[in-house]
Amino acid sequence: MDDNDTTRGADGLLLPQSDEDGAPFWTYTARGELRVQCCASCRVPRFPPRPCCPHCQSFDTEWRRVTGRGRIWSYVRPHPPLLPGYAALAPYTVVLVELADAPGIRLVGNLVAAADAPLDSLDPERVRIGAPVRVAFHTMAPGVVVPRWLLERP
Amino acid sequence: MGARSGTLKDAAAIVGIGQTRFAKHLPETEKALACRAVLAALADAGLHPSQVDAFASYTMEETDEVELAKAVGAGDATFFSRVGYGGGGSCATVAHLAAAIATGQASVGVAWRSRKRGSGPRPWTDTRTQLAVPAQWTRPYGLLRPVDEIGMLARRYMHQYGATRDHFFQVALACRNRANQNPAALMYDRPLTREMYMTARWISEPLCLYDNCLETDGALACVVVSAERARDCRQRPVYVHSAAQGLPAQHHGMVNYWTEDPLTGPAWTAARNLWKGADLGPEDVDVAQIYDAFTALIPLSLEGYGFCGRGEGAAFTEGGALEIGGLLPINTSGGGLSEAYVHGFNLITEGVRQLRGTSTAQVHGAATCLVTAGEGVPTSALLLRN
Ligand SMILES: [Zn+2]
Repeated sequence: MDDNDTTRGADGLLLPQSDEDGAPFWTYTARGELRVQCCASCRVPRFPPRPCCPHCQSFDTEWRRVTGRGRIWSYVRPHPPLLPGYAALAPYTVVLVELADAPGIRLVGNLVAAADAPLDSLDPERVRIGAPVRVAFHTMAPGVVVPRWLLERP
Repeated sequence: MGARSGTLKDAAAIVGIGQTRFAKHLPETEKALACRAVLAALADAGLHPSQVDAFASYTMEETDEVELAKAVGAGDATFFSRVGYGGGGSCATVAHLAAAIATGQASVGVAWRSRKRGSGPRPWTDTRTQLAVPAQWTRPYGLLRPVDEIGMLARRYMHQYGATRDHFFQVALACRNRANQNPAALMYDRPLTREMYMTARWISEPLCLYDNCLETDGALACVVVSAERARDCRQRPVYVHSAAQGLPAQHHGMVNYWTEDPLTGPAWTAARNLWKGADLGPEDVDVAQIYDAFTALIPLSLEGYGFCGRGEGAAFTEGGALEIGGLLPINTSGGGLSEAYVHGFNLITEGVRQLRGTSTAQVHGAATCLVTAGEGVPTSALLLRN
């Protein structure tokens, strides 16, 4: 691996490369908060973050804190060929979680056994569409925190 | 002759098709392959390169119109266009040429795609030049490749509508059976069995090796002229009866996870205009070339283009429906799954062969063919007739 490659953490996993619209999301996760972008005018949440509201065209936004509870909408189990850091942990479970307090907002993430457990830590037999999950926060690199997902009923 | 009352209907025709060999590795450059395919298509049409005045290709195409025109000896060009979204742009290249010719902006157009995906790098391995949206929301979690992104929708589709791996197998099998009839196909001499499919290695569960298209080196092209001019060309004209593009409201390419119903994709949007601009409906389609980067896209497209109802696409594949003699024979050259994956351009050329009556898996008396571009990305479609 290239030492100057700022796109990857020490374990070879890709760090989120944010843009201006997405930056607040990562600022909040670094504080251990899960927030979604909402229109400050009509209050409708939207994802991915963008400059204005597709419902009322307002540029006024707010970042609303959500409970971090949701349900698995779907999932995949990637196998190699993958980038080296991921191939080492494959197969692992990538879930799409529909947030309980913002239906229609679905976040991609990893379903794991504990916040800081490896990507492949959860028994795949435990994964079900519709299963309730809750958010946990994992530090990938100094100052870089991603949401992860734990089964509500471990 | 121009468009009749503002429609594209049969105003332009495909009169030439050309291609290189398909292989895991071809020694020539993408540029050389592009030139060969375009020259072959012009020769097929009986047109000289100096007569070409319009170009259309994909934004991902590496050989641009300037390089191509210079190399093959094209005349002064008055129309050139690029379509985005990878395989979603395939049919739109022909649609843009047809529209330009129907409105008098040009007279002889070529569309092409040249790609060394078989021997070149996979786009997903590039970690430096990813788009912030959606990469920041997906890639840190190991959702890296198109197969992972579409696998997410495929799993949900199985859950929501009772689709099974046997349904995906029916798609893979139909494509492989047609490839076994086509000497140009990468999988010409490689039959597929249910046993092979069910025991194949996973790529991204629920999708296995045989649910994925073939990494291929190769190039293809076609020539579009007005219906009037087509009558003087060497080959039987294949008319662009209707064409459409589709970008649904709030759609997000590949990772369409953020709409109310992520399983309703661009096919639905393209289909509405495709059928609106046609004298025909889905029931009139004799044969279809449906974009098949992954098997799971076929049931979705069957629904989107109106061959069956919502959630019925998987069941539609049962009973040999997709085979020759079935309800809707598909991908009769083997498609992206078993002939070659060149961003869907081989589906266009095979549609032309079916309507000329020269396919290696000819549907008897085929008079209409639907060709679709990538589903799950902003897409396009053509309804061809002879
Ligand atoms: Zn609003």
